[in-house]
Amino acid sequence: MGGPILFVEQLFNGISVASLYLLAALGLALSFGLMRVINMAHGEMLMLGGYLAYLTLQVVPGPLGFLVAMPVAFLGTAALGAVVELTVIKRLASRPLDTLLATWGLSLILQQAARNLFGAIGVDVTAPAWLNHVLPITSGPLAGLSLPVTRLFILLIAIVVLGALAVFLAHSRAGLWVRAVNQDRAMAAAAGIDVRRVDLLVFAIGTGIAGLAGVMLALLGPVTPTVGQSYIVPAFLVVILGGLGSLVGTTAASLIAGLFSALVQIFVDVSFAQVLLLVFVIAFIQIRPQGVVASRSRALDA
Amino acid sequence: MRSPNKLVLASVLGLALIAPWLLPAYELNVLARCGALAILAVGLVLLWGEAGILSLGQGVFFGLGGYALAMNLKQAALGPGEIPDFMVWSGLDALPWWWRPFENPAVALVGVVLIPAVVAAAYSWLVFRRRVTGVYFALITQALALAFATLLISKQPFTGGFNGLTDFHTLMGFDLAADKTVLVLYWATILLLALAYIGVRALMNSRYGTLLRATRDGENRVRYLGYDPSPYRVVAFTVAALLAGVSGALFTLHSGVVSPALVGVVPSIEMVVWVAVGGRNSLGGAIAGTVLVNFAKDKISSALPELWPYVLGGLFVIVVLLLPQGLASLVPKWTGPGRRRGSSVTAPGTHP
Repeated sequence: MGGPILFVEQLFNGISVASLYLLAALGLALSFGLMRVINMAHGEMLMLGGYLAYLTLQVVPGPLGFLVAMPVAFLGTAALGAVVELTVIKRLASRPLDTLLATWGLSLILQQAARNLFGAIGVDVTAPAWLNHVLPITSGPLAGLSLPVTRLFILLIAIVVLGALAVFLAHSRAGLWVRAVNQDRAMAAAAGIDVRRVDLLVFAIGTGIAGLAGVMLALLGPVTPTVGQSYIVPAFLVVILGGLGSLVGTTAASLIAGLFSALVQIFVDVSFAQVLLLVFVIAFIQIRPQGVVASRSRALDA
Repeated sequence: MRSPNKLVLASVLGLALIAPWLLPAYELNVLARCGALAILAVGLVLLWGEAGILSLGQGVFFGLGGYALAMNLKQAALGPGEIPDFMVWSGLDALPWWWRPFENPAVALVGVVLIPAVVAAAYSWLVFRRRVTGVYFALITQALALAFATLLISKQPFTGGFNGLTDFHTLMGFDLAADKTVLVLYWATILLLALAYIGVRALMNSRYGTLLRATRDGENRVRYLGYDPSPYRVVAFTVAALLAGVSGALFTLHSGVVSPALVGVVPSIEMVVWVAVGGRNSLGGAIAGTVLVNFAKDKISSALPELWPYVLGGLFVIVVLLLPQGLASLVPKWTGPGRRRGSSVTAPGTHP
């Protein structure tokens, strides 16, 4: 396989990884923009989404089971997210670092619970037949390249989620509230918006998207108790790169991180690519500490 | 001030010194490890309690210290011209050049202190100078812990991979298994812990400490007064890393192994829980928390390994929600004015 093919292949891999980063990071970025808190148990929401997909397929086998699994995973993790918000996040609203610690404790508990319930080895979610093939390119300059349909499907889901979220934020009443709270929490509260409920809503939607991301991960490999861990640290870096709670910033940052990892993997192994991604982030914040898209605010301690 | 009164302190120190005659060998070894880890915890009080900087990557500096010493111990166990067994298995036929200097114990000991300090100073300066703090900083240190652990595991020919470095025999010619060496190393650990305690306390009580707390509670006010907070933060991070390095080296001696399992994301964050349980603003509390949590871990994970993650996770949630100043807040004398400063808990990076 020659140079250009390898390059295009890695380009495709990068975009594919970026779509997973995006799904994993969207929830984090949204609630970080709104509440300045990071949910360290977000990775376990991916895991939970994967297990929910597995359970759904036990109940609804057949080609359509997978289509049922997606909303089930979304709603299931969103519900758990709401519980976490009400019991932990809400009570620590003004202590962002403590939120980090408490939610990390939660993530440990969830991981161990998954280990006890489903075993440490992990369970397999078989991709439905309509996803389980590759799309070969037989002619043209890129002949020899083959694209797995599952990867294309994940990309499609990421685009749909992003589009739905954009429409929700721009055109719905609740979306208007979210934008208002995002810009000026105190003013929004003064204007009669129930900021607590907006927090809850955004947090639940964010964890729901993570659950959906977990279903996508289940297409790529077995669901294990630690499946979320391999995506969550890059997702944190995406949040840092992206800037405060902006969809455009998070999307751009996911693409940057995904493409960067995939392209440096042409030259170095996976573990070193991880180191280089971190070096890249450190270098990036030397130039733009506020992230790809800066939030405009006059507040001093924004 | 906000340390236990002198009497309590003296009796704890006295008990620690005569512990070798009070405890069976195994418990003494656990205590020695706890003493080593407590040095790291003392650093975290300065960094997290005083400066309000949460590092989720202390394991990196712990590991740098541990590996720096282990590279010496490993070479000391070799005959002339031999290379460590794991290198042979990986097909290396010569020692990598960067292993060679550590053959000299003096270089290794200086490395234990200097390598973590230099790495920490450079890393934190790059991040702090761009005013990246708070949650961002915590996440960036976690990424560092992940990168470091992955690198150690994947570069097996040079680092021993997942198993790390183990099978040590002598330290500077002394037999590590001999009773006398064990005893001296234990006392050395207690002594270094006491020195760390005194040193960090002196820093906290100095003008530097005052400014550090000021950058935690009101960064912008400090800037308006004409100070640049970044160097203060860099120093706090560097001191904490240096102590973590010493802690890692001592721990390696007491446990006889250093491996990626001790330096990654999870162990790094576990280090924070010791201090959270004990009390982030109290040196005595942090030491007590380290000893308590690690003894509990030793007992629980040997009896019911499945239970430990629940206990650790639960500890995190409960302590943070209900007892943000840790066990130390149950002993008013131990925190003293620190409790009034408890308002500080809400201050760093507060949102409107």
